[in-house]
Amino acid sequence: MQHIRAHVLVCGGTGCKSSGSKEIQLNFAKYLKEFSIEDEIMIVETGCHGFCANGPLVTIYPEGTFYCRVKPDGVKEIVESHLYKGQIVDRLLYNEPQTQGAIRNHSDIAFYKKQHRLILAHCGLINPEKIEEYIAFGGYMALAKAVTTMTSDEVVDVIKKSGLRGRGGAGFSTGTKWQFARNSVSDKKYVICNADEGDPGVFMDRSVLEGDPHRVLEGMAICGYAIGADEGYIYVRAEYPLAVKRLRIAIEQAEKMGLLGNNIFNSGFNFRLQIKEGAGAFVCGEETALMASIEGKRGMPHPRPPFPASSGLWGKPTNINNVETFANVSEIIKNGAEWYCQFGTETSKGTKVFALTGKINHTGLAEVPMGISMREIIFDIGGGITNGKKFKAVQIGGPSGRCLPESMLDLSVDYDSLTAAGAMMGSGGLVIMDEDTCMVDVAKFFLNFTQSESCGKCTPCREGTERMLEILTRITEGQGREGDIELLENLAKNIKETALCGLGQTAPNPVLSTIKYFRHEYEVHIQEKRCPAGVCEKLTNYVVTETCKGCGLCARNCPVKAISGAVKQRHVINTAVCIKCGTCMTNCPFKAIKKA
Amino acid sequence: MKSLADLNDLRDKLQESINLRKKGGTVIIVGMGTCGIAAGAREVMRAILDELAARNLNDVKVIPTGCIGMCDKEVLVDVMRPGESRITYGNVKLADVKKIIDDHIVNGRIVANLVVKRKA
Repeated sequence: MQHIRAHVLVCGGTGCKSSGSKEIQLNFAKYLKEFSIEDEIMIVETGCHGFCANGPLVTIYPEGTFYCRVKPDGVKEIVESHLYKGQIVDRLLYNEPQTQGAIRNHSDIAFYKKQHRLILAHCGLINPEKIEEYIAFGGYMALAKAVTTMTSDEVVDVIKKSGLRGRGGAGFSTGTKWQFARNSVSDKKYVICNADEGDPGVFMDRSVLEGDPHRVLEGMAICGYAIGADEGYIYVRAEYPLAVKRLRIAIEQAEKMGLLGNNIFNSGFNFRLQIKEGAGAFVCGEETALMASIEGKRGMPHPRPPFPASSGLWGKPTNINNVETFANVSEIIKNGAEWYCQFGTETSKGTKVFALTGKINHTGLAEVPMGISMREIIFDIGGGITNGKKFKAVQIGGPSGRCLPESMLDLSVDYDSLTAAGAMMGSGGLVIMDEDTCMVDVAKFFLNFTQSESCGKCTPCREGTERMLEILTRITEGQGREGDIELLENLAKNIKETALCGLGQTAPNPVLSTIKYFRHEYEVHIQEKRCPAGVCEKLTNYVVTETCKGCGLCARNCPVKAISGAVKQRHVINTAVCIKCGTCMTNCPFKAIKKA
Repeated sequence: MKSLADLNDLRDKLQESINLRKKGGTVIIVGMGTCGIAAGAREVMRAILDELAARNLNDVKVIPTGCIGMCDKEVLVDVMRPGESRITYGNVKLADVKKIIDDHIVNGRIVANLVVKRKA
């Protein structure tokens, strides 16, 4: 047998794949051959590292050297210099923007330093398409421990004691939920994994499924054992083809090894898993709609009770948890509830994965212990705001969530502190907005999303969100009326109280929170017919400021000839003709054109 | 797979495939600058890899490194055993590989006549 001396880990997450990691992998194979070292070195395709903004990522072990933004033509240099001659390619290392120093090992990068990776521990470290690598890192030990040494009640008890709460957003105690399903008497029970991740800009569930699918299968099997179910479904979006593919491979491999199927570990416990691909309707993330969709019906919610724990899928007791929740289970069973309780706060235990998007330097995934401040997540891990702009707000929890302004950034990130502050954990999406963002426009964006995703079953959601969107649209178009803010608040209150499911009940949140923290922006839009951030097109005019040198570039490039002026004289834009395309602004070499 | 013990055995067997991605273990560093390669470092490294494979020492890590300036002593081979001082061997020939692995890697006895440097 050949002694392998190095592993080249090429990220095969969706982010890195779309920036060309497949070609990089092929180039590695090609150049290793060229240098005749292909039998000394193994190429491994991994899942997502979370540092997506800097992909494609390549990590080389045993040194742990972390290369960022690798281009296909950089591969030869890595092979020749690093793998053949032992010289690290400094040019391709990550450069910390704050210190300008090249960093060799990924654990030294500020983005990773403050993270605590329990759930994402294997993401980017193992090949998700090989069950052997998961087992080598201790995989399926928790399932073995549970079914061979613990009773179902003991398993439920450990999960209860761990304080684990649902990571899908609401934060209900997972152990209590399992207890309800366990207590239900029935000949048949189901476990469902909700992988219908639908919030815009959120991708932590996808990354777990793509990077470490067995972790989710193991968590589901343990849940099956705990509640007495022998069948499970993973409801995953069809828009996640890589996740679906890797789940299929994972299920097949686990069945082959006897880790799923009949009589697991000779314990008499049977458990089978199926994948149900969803068509991408946002409402199907709501549990009753999700179950309707699995049953082949139209994905629409129904009122609760009955709760799924007593009557769920096909009328049988069902336990539904989110991907991230299931991903926690094996660690808790393996290490015990006390071990798990050391992470997090008094009432929110463990870690939470956040997806950082928007105007932030390090777009990607960050797993942090509960109780960390929002400021640490955005500025220390996320690297702050792009282009040195000022922070304005962060939308937490997607279209169902709320925004928090600068003054709230030192808030502890845990279920109860966020709820007390009028926000919510949500699924973990953080959309970061800078000073150039118009908050009315943001509210309109999110409401537009929920409005078009409303299933239409109940009137408050179907009609109410439509009316709210109309009002927001007219405000952003300069047609806002006195009393519109109060009307929005009134509608929002009614929709929240009367909508059938979570989608409608939370849809007004972005509007309410932007009104709460940025009311003056609404007022300026309505009273002065002006958009302070210069985003709302109908309220924005381009003006030439006094820094204009009169070069005439703007006038020559204007498609509608709206700009006039003599050479070396300040030019003027005729706002009646201007179509607000922004061409002048991009073409001005002196940055003399501003939006106002 | 029928018991926890089965899974444990399988895991132990599979460990070797991922040792490289875990910290710790004995490390052998081979000077692979132009000077080292000219002096035969590639062949020495191949011999090390073959010897490790033959003895099934899959938790030993072999890392090439650049020139450190002691070019006349190439091929340079460093051995770092956990908790012990780093030993640098110089002028290592193909024929020395087996002895270094036998004595130092396996039995912890330094091959004194090849040592050019010791570092705590």
